[in-house]
Amino acid sequence: MSKYSMHLLVCGGTGCHAAESDAIVCNLRDELEAKVLTDKVQVIKTGCFGFCEKGPIVKVMPDNTFYVQVKPEDTQTIIDEHIIKGRKVTRLLFKDPSTKEAVSDSKHMDFYKKQMRIALRNCGFINPENIDEYIARDGYQALGKVLTEMTPDQVIREIKESGQRGRGGGGFSTGLKWELAKKSVSDEKYVVCNADEGDPGAFMDRSVLEGDPHSVLEAMAICGYCIGSSTGLIYIRAEYPLAIQRLKIAINQARENGLLGNNIFGTNFSFDISLKYGAGAFVCGEETALIHSMEGLRGEPTIKPPFPAESGYLGKPTNVNNVETFASIPAIILKGAKWYSSIGTEKSKGTKVFALAGKINNVGLIEVPMGTTLREVIFEIGGGIKNGKKFKGVQTGGPSGGCLTEKHLDTPIDFDNLIAAGSMMGSGAMIVLDEDDCMVSMAKFFLDFTVEESCGKCAPCRIGNKRLHELLGQICEGKGKIQDLDRLKNMSVVIKDTSLCGLGQSSPNPVLSMMENFRDEYLAHVTDKKCPAGQCKSLMKYIINAENCVGCTACARVCPVNAITGERKEVHLINQEICIKCGACYEKCKFDAIYIS
Amino acid sequence: METVKLTIDNKEIEVPRGTTILKAAKELGIEIPTLCYMDLHDLNIENKPGGCRICVAEVQGRRNLAPTCSTKCEPGMVVKTHTARVLNARRTVMEFILSDHPKDCLICPKSGTCELQDMAHRLGIREIPGQEFAEMSTYRQDTSPSIIRELNKCIMCRRCEMMCNDVQTVGALSAFNRGFTAAVGPAFEQNLEYSSCTYCGQCVAVCPTGALTEVNHVPQVLKALNDPTKTVVVQTAPAVRAALGEEFGMEPGTLVTGKMTAALRALGFDYVFDTDFAADLTIMEEGTELLDRLSRHLKGDKSARIPILTSCCPGWVNFFEYYYPDMKDVPSTAKSPQQMFGAVAKSYFAEKIGINRKDMVVVSIMPCLAKKYECQRDEFSVDGNPDVDYSISTRELAAFIRQANIDIRNLHDEDFDSPLGESTGAGVIFGATGGVIEAACRTAYEIFTGKKLDRLDFTELRGMEGVRSATLDFNGTPIKIGIAHGLGNARKLLDDVKHGRSEFTAIEVMACPGGCIGGGGQPLHHGDSEIIKARAAAIYTEDRKKPLRKSHENPFIIKLYEEYLGKPGSEKSHHLLHTHYFDRKDKILVKK
Amino acid sequence: MSSIKIELRKEDVDFIKETCSKFNNDSQELINVLHGCQEHFGYLPAEVQEVISEYLNVPVAKIYGVVTFYSFFTMIPKGKHPISICMGTACYVRGAEKVLEEFKKELGIKVGESTKDNKFSLSSLRCVGACGLAPVVLVGDKTYGRVAPDDVKGILKEYE
Repeated sequence: MSKYSMHLLVCGGTGCHAAESDAIVCNLRDELEAKVLTDKVQVIKTGCFGFCEKGPIVKVMPDNTFYVQVKPEDTQTIIDEHIIKGRKVTRLLFKDPSTKEAVSDSKHMDFYKKQMRIALRNCGFINPENIDEYIARDGYQALGKVLTEMTPDQVIREIKESGQRGRGGGGFSTGLKWELAKKSVSDEKYVVCNADEGDPGAFMDRSVLEGDPHSVLEAMAICGYCIGSSTGLIYIRAEYPLAIQRLKIAINQARENGLLGNNIFGTNFSFDISLKYGAGAFVCGEETALIHSMEGLRGEPTIKPPFPAESGYLGKPTNVNNVETFASIPAIILKGAKWYSSIGTEKSKGTKVFALAGKINNVGLIEVPMGTTLREVIFEIGGGIKNGKKFKGVQTGGPSGGCLTEKHLDTPIDFDNLIAAGSMMGSGAMIVLDEDDCMVSMAKFFLDFTVEESCGKCAPCRIGNKRLHELLGQICEGKGKIQDLDRLKNMSVVIKDTSLCGLGQSSPNPVLSMMENFRDEYLAHVTDKKCPAGQCKSLMKYIINAENCVGCTACARVCPVNAITGERKEVHLINQEICIKCGACYEKCKFDAIYIS
Repeated sequence: METVKLTIDNKEIEVPRGTTILKAAKELGIEIPTLCYMDLHDLNIENKPGGCRICVAEVQGRRNLAPTCSTKCEPGMVVKTHTARVLNARRTVMEFILSDHPKDCLICPKSGTCELQDMAHRLGIREIPGQEFAEMSTYRQDTSPSIIRELNKCIMCRRCEMMCNDVQTVGALSAFNRGFTAAVGPAFEQNLEYSSCTYCGQCVAVCPTGALTEVNHVPQVLKALNDPTKTVVVQTAPAVRAALGEEFGMEPGTLVTGKMTAALRALGFDYVFDTDFAADLTIMEEGTELLDRLSRHLKGDKSARIPILTSCCPGWVNFFEYYYPDMKDVPSTAKSPQQMFGAVAKSYFAEKIGINRKDMVVVSIMPCLAKKYECQRDEFSVDGNPDVDYSISTRELAAFIRQANIDIRNLHDEDFDSPLGESTGAGVIFGATGGVIEAACRTAYEIFTGKKLDRLDFTELRGMEGVRSATLDFNGTPIKIGIAHGLGNARKLLDDVKHGRSEFTAIEVMACPGGCIGGGGQPLHHGDSEIIKARAAAIYTEDRKKPLRKSHENPFIIKLYEEYLGKPGSEKSHHLLHTHYFDRKDKILVKK
Repeated sequence: MSSIKIELRKEDVDFIKETCSKFNNDSQELINVLHGCQEHFGYLPAEVQEVISEYLNVPVAKIYGVVTFYSFFTMIPKGKHPISICMGTACYVRGAEKVLEEFKKELGIKVGESTKDNKFSLSSLRCVGACGLAPVVLVGDKTYGRVAPDDVKGILKEYE
């Protein structure tokens, strides 16, 4: 990076990419060329900065100026003002929501202050399409160290001592997993990276692969060395074209640099990696299903044991870890197990990446030490609830997790605390809900997902979830009975207790936790036939307030089903039998005369 | 052998390592209910996808319930099979399954033999909560010449898929869709007719519900019996007599030859004949073809292809026509016994009794569903009049007998009619795997060597192993015999032939595991391979009891040749008793 | 069952053959082969699956089983401008359902269908990972973020 005096880092993650960050890169380059600055200033398209809410983001180095919500037409100003005249473009700086002051350095933003980046250490700092930048930030040093100074057993011991647990959802000890795969005797073994992130609202794996693909490749090679494998496979969603493209580039560059292929670092260790594409099946996040999918079959899980460590891909011992797990490995090797295990809680070490989304001000990707509280994540990093609404709950672990509430806000986040609170870590999606979200509808939404994604192999998941979904639908429509709550619970418990794989074993979690934490809301639906959040259409009524109605007839004219009657200048009336609850009248009324009951 | 000790329902047991909880419990006399699970261990067939979740039990220290069919016993395990938690889970899962299953049990063809119905009864299910708003998964019905698929009744046990792919390697069925709409069927949910299906019927034989059943031809038979212008002739395959009794509560392996004959006569058939007669005829033709090919081959004639493959099994014929069309000159050209019988009945016998073949209806009772398809093949008819009009399965015959108020248990034994009812022991053993080739060897040996056999039981050709082989000494000429039952096993031998690796002189292939006794039209074995073994034993008993046990010694066969056919392999024989094969793949695929 | 009957041209068969041989005619590579063919043909009609079956030596029933298992694969051709509405949780809580309803209304089709002129097809998908832009709509390769029901007409207009 020495040749240039300045760098412009443009976020090229999917979120910013979708918001025309490519055009920003082009424009910046054109401007620089026009101003003959190309030998002094370099434009680099990086991976995700994490602060997606404010994207596209352009960062100017070395002064660390963080421009937010940049548009392609802003590029001229950035070059003219900042690069040439040395004046920061204030209007593009982040405004602190409480002080209303512009903050130029991301270090001082609440969003970044409490974060600690291990898995995401390079995301937003390097050009993911240039291996030299990864190497410049200690890339492949861990692999070198492992191959030349450590035995596989030493590496495994180090990983075990670090206390790292799998980030894919299960939370199984990474070191232990590697040890089991190493112990299996076979002529061939496989290292598999699970990059089939299917959890709706989760995008941490994709961001790592887009922003720092080499960290995963390096870790897979380390794993290969430990368990005795020379073949790595990355199972990646076909819906992630950018990540696929960057992985392909990274693999090629690693091969060209002798970091993949035969005799890596001059040792007799050989390792290479190829890609296998997923095709849209959430259940393939389950490792046995993933393996069947890689074998060209339907992604149906099979009963464990045998575990993949004994019999996995093509019947050979296979070690499956997810992207985030791998991405932290090089850092653990270089900085040591002691360092890593000093971060986090007693049983959950290190950091965890979360995808923060939903009704929250700062949507984005964050990485925090285990043990950070939900309150810190949601209200400090996340900047609180959008539009000043009231916090209602946060769904962690996606459709397999549970919904945590106000009372859990000060719980330190780790694997065990989340389970104790009736949820789970999952892959790290965090969806924040506010007072407008109905907890019966939310549960139904998640079940809708599970029903669609169930592979259909076992009866409780295939049929049970469908029945759960139907019963929730009945309740949303005001056809629920009080006994139905017991039925919901019994079905949920049995589905959890009897399903074949993790998908069915966890799919009723949203229902159970929401029923537990929002019992009143469920009761309101079945006994009073009311939806307190005003979400369930069948349970709401549009009513005209006679005091405010001036008889302008606007509502009657806009009603698509002629449910509103009334003479001009007289109070109007909505016929509830005919009303389809489309809300057109409500939107139209200028006199606040229509309210929702 | 390494063993593990564990406790199931407070009883201690020691079992070999690797034993499942289900099997260990069974040894203790604890019958854990199962639905998708099926184990035909003697035939090396096992289905345990762990899909139905009915067999769950509580294992101390385990978070969730364990599927006992696929959970292995561990030392010190404490298993409870009937706690409140287990019973509630089992019942709830059963309610789920029933909530997506039609409730037309009263009129379902599987009523009475349905494993799902039995399970609902066993678990005492009396209501299905939420049924009023439960969506049901629905699929189109498919009727092929042999098999009816009614997927609304599929419970995704995957037995048919396992049979079709892992055992038979036919590949006609696969799970499709996912989640609630998942079911098992042919590609593009087309009809079976447009798939690689061989109609072996093994899917039907293992289906626990009414999702897969046979096409019922009893009404047509009944109509023919009541038509005064028709002479109705029936033939019964060897395997039927060894299994029919099971349908009436008799012990598996009970031979009911005489009672069956009496029942058929009581049903109104004009002539009750035996397919065994045609089996003897088959041996004459196929044996002659074998000896002819062999002697030409031994003389160095390159056009004489060795090994010769048997061709009596229609499922097997369908299989090689689809998968090995380039080898269609390898199997014997001899028709199957069913078709030989039909051809002879509607020519020789019709002439003998002086009626037009159009006024004769030939019905076959078969352990097989592919026979239904076989008798509909164009080449087995004369001017649109089929040699065999209707083929009904052992199960259909049993239903027919019940409908006709015939108490078969108390009928007196009767004999078959003459002449097409006379047979030797060689014809009988066609019903079990290895039987055809054993029968052929009994005859071929004596013709080839000109010597009398001193021992008729070729026990080396018998058994339940999927692929067997033996070398027989034909007076100094070694005859290498290969036997395969189950199409997957046949494929192995056929691939060897295809690649010139086969050393066999003759190979017998039966599509169904166990041979015809395990056919797709037999009484349902519900996963008990002991039943199949008992049927095989019965077949060999019948053989031993026969006064004549070599096909060429059957006096009525000798007479048939003298009066009508000339000699085996004659022009007339060829015309009536031999056939040719087609490339079936071309016919059925979506046009490219 | 596939409702579309197509006639494969020789170059189509050759393409499938090449795709299969690129993956060594290895049945384990079925999903990669299907990806290659769908990218080329836009969808996976029965005829294409049958040719794959021949070269990979996998029963066509099994291929159909795989195609119908994964939501990415389709046997129905998409419109010229395929519209996908993200129904991931983040988009859902930010009003994706209303956006979807608006598209349905404007185009007069349901999810999984194409317009009569085959210009647009509508599908919903699970999380494209641009949660910061929720709700997200994809038209072809182009992404629209923070879409409100009122924006739908304007988006469609771009493709008139």
